[in-house]
Amino acid sequence: MRIPILKLHNYLLITIQIDLDDQTAIQFQEDLLSKIHKSGATGVVIDLTSVEIIDSFIAKVLGDVVAMSDLMGAKVVLTGIQPAVAMTLIDLGIHLQDVPTALDLEQGLIKLRQELEE
Amino acid sequence: MNFQTCVNIQKEWDIVGARQLGRDRAKEIGFGTVDQARIATAISELARNIYLYAGTGKICFEMMNDINQKGLLVIATDNGPGIKDISQVMEDGYTTSGGLGAGLPGVKRLMDEFDIISDPGKGTEIRAIKWVR
Repeated sequence: MRIPILKLHNYLLITIQIDLDDQTAIQFQEDLLSKIHKSGATGVVIDLTSVEIIDSFIAKVLGDVVAMSDLMGAKVVLTGIQPAVAMTLIDLGIHLQDVPTALDLEQGLIKLRQELEE
Repeated sequence: MNFQTCVNIQKEWDIVGARQLGRDRAKEIGFGTVDQARIATAISELARNIYLYAGTGKICFEMMNDINQKGLLVIATDNGPGIKDISQVMEDGYTTSGGLGAGLPGVKRLMDEFDIISDPGKGTEIRAIKWVR
């Protein structure tokens, strides 16, 4: 299973619509980094509106991909985290403190634009 | 006591299978979406522990029907190396995998009741219950 990555001007858009298993998550991490490298994208939005579960492993993969993209020079915003997912993550003790987030895709794009000062 | 349904944990994909079945059972019993997510996440952590540390094991579900409350019992069993120091693994932040799992304290917080029995060299059994509010 591969997660599609769409390019829109200087941005990459990803919407995750499946129950992520470990292998798919790791594959996505690699795919996103190589797409950033190839496309020269400066901003990335990962939309999690349809994601019903984020366990510690998926949280780590997402947190890592934000840090990795940052190293390459692309800003990532996670959007659409569901109330149940937010509550579960805090119960688990996962705070994703250094990860930029926004309510939805629209807010995420606004946040990216601000961060990149376009 | 109700009949059990079990999922064998043998490969990585079984982690997803276990949490999906657990979520379905939770929904049937009448848990709300937040508790469904809590239960599914707890199962995901337990299944990953089995996969990472014991290799194989199983996760079983049982519906609890007390006089005044309903709940879901999750039993995670493996024949792995077992846990020598249970108080240590129940400390927040303790990890042997470099942070691959949030660990058992997280599971305990997600569920209402949590019990762990471990025999070093023989295996581990974790029983956790969530009650419908």
